[in-house]
Amino acid sequence: MAVVELDNVGKRFTVGIRKGWVRRERREVRAVDGISLSIEPGAMVGYIGPNGAGKSTTIKMLTGILVPSSGSVRVAGLDPNRERVTVARRIGVLFGQRTQLWWDLPLEDSFSLLRHVYRVPQDRFDANLAVFRELLALDELLPIPVRQLSLGQRMRGELAAVLLHDPAILFLDEPTIGLDPVSKEAVRSFLVELNCTRGTTVLLTTHDLVDVERLCERLVIIDHGKLIEDSTVAAIKQRYGTERTLVVDLEAPGPPLSVDGVRVTRVDGPRQWLQFHRDTWTAAALLERVATQAAVRDLSVEEPAIEDIVRAIYRGEASSSV
Amino acid sequence: MGELAIYRRLVGARIRADLQYRTSFFLFLASQTLVAGLDLAVILVLFTQVSSIGGWSAPEVALLYGLAGTGFGLADLFASEVELASRHIKAGTFDLFLLRPAGALLQLCATEFAPRRIGRLVQPLIVIVVVLGRVDISWTPAKVVLIPVAILSGAVIFSAIWVITSSVSFWTVETQEVSNSFTYGGLTLSQYPIDVFGTWLRRMVTFVLPLAFVSYFPAAYLLDKPVAFGLPSSVALLAPVVAIVLVFVARAVWQLAVRHYRSTGS
Repeated sequence: MAVVELDNVGKRFTVGIRKGWVRRERREVRAVDGISLSIEPGAMVGYIGPNGAGKSTTIKMLTGILVPSSGSVRVAGLDPNRERVTVARRIGVLFGQRTQLWWDLPLEDSFSLLRHVYRVPQDRFDANLAVFRELLALDELLPIPVRQLSLGQRMRGELAAVLLHDPAILFLDEPTIGLDPVSKEAVRSFLVELNCTRGTTVLLTTHDLVDVERLCERLVIIDHGKLIEDSTVAAIKQRYGTERTLVVDLEAPGPPLSVDGVRVTRVDGPRQWLQFHRDTWTAAALLERVATQAAVRDLSVEEPAIEDIVRAIYRGEASSSV
Repeated sequence: MGELAIYRRLVGARIRADLQYRTSFFLFLASQTLVAGLDLAVILVLFTQVSSIGGWSAPEVALLYGLAGTGFGLADLFASEVELASRHIKAGTFDLFLLRPAGALLQLCATEFAPRRIGRLVQPLIVIVVVLGRVDISWTPAKVVLIPVAILSGAVIFSAIWVITSSVSFWTVETQEVSNSFTYGGLTLSQYPIDVFGTWLRRMVTFVLPLAFVSYFPAAYLLDKPVAFGLPSSVALLAPVVAIVLVFVARAVWQLAVRHYRSTGS
């Protein structure tokens, strides 16, 4: 049974646009436009799309902050709109751009406050905190007022804070935004660990596709409020990533190689980048052909990066070859 | 019971956070006490010129001041935080209240709790005690009970007005002035016997925005004075009923406001 379910969900906003001094024109904006989605327990799903695609609006509908204009939303089998408080106990929500901690108080105070707000039994709280202290290296942070923590330190605190009440489902809205590479990695490996040991279902939005590659098997892409892709990361690569690149180091610098159906995208001294279509060439056949034109000293094959694929999908350039 | 425990914890957190800025805390406490006293000064200055206002002597009007001020002070301490809803909406932090398994209004009021507002309570409380020793009251059990009941009802009535007027900010975002004109304005109105007002204003504070139940009716009952509209003086005993009705109105308006917010996400 799915733990998160969106059935043809839409969200319309009316915005007033100024026309002259007083006159305002009201226009309807469809932030989310008929999205259907269902997530099985224990899944980690990346929910991505360009700015303004409707990601945060979707998260807000799933967490009971916003009421959908149409369609139905179910989280843990419940309506997060009608049963906001019950749903709140079963989910954890993290907005990377906003803090839920008490700014002026030591980090540990936020934890104990949340224990009371969520009515977490003392033994569950102690056990969870012990685990998170270790996994997120919180020990030296606990007595420090939140406002004095660095963003990376604070984000570790935020993660622990949303998990103290053992939520079955975690909604993360840009959890790695603004973090340095080390902190990003800390967040990612923690999420992997969490998903493995506790089977927590995770839906995360991000602009950093390394998050997706590292964490999510499934990728949902939306744009203009509409779902444009819902598949595994591997399948998306397979479908859209039809252009591979063979990088060859030649014995000596030379003019760009010329092979039918292959584009030399870059030349740097003796190194050349040859882009080819998966269906017309294999790397081995191409290498053989290149070897007839120049002596090859070294080579590597670059697979299409998910980043490039997604950028192309956003631009509407990607054409499915299936 | 559970919600109350959450309230207590959140208020405790707020106080601990505020204690980090101790000087401003005491400065503000002092200024609040002073401001509360200014209203009384105005009334006393008035009485150097006239011997009675609307048939009420200086100590009798001071009793109105005391009752209104104490009720208002309690509402200011526990409920005025709701007027900061607009700030939370603008900052996007109102969402946080909706994410947690507790009432949004309770969380808002607890999060913005400011103990320094207690300064507003001190002066009117002292005035009540002093005045009760000075004026002639033929005590009955009902009168003894009415004093705390009237103060609490007054606090609830002011609190409800705060919630109702602040709920408007869910539509307009910037309305603290509107809210203030009802709350602070209401305080000023309830410091004078309503007999001095024009007919429409007198009707207004009796039947529409029931400020007369905060101080005027209870004080008249204590002092055995005739009340406006030829009503029986025991109308004062309806103060808690009026307060409860207003609570239901405030609750409905607040819920409507939050529902509007959740469907617009403004």
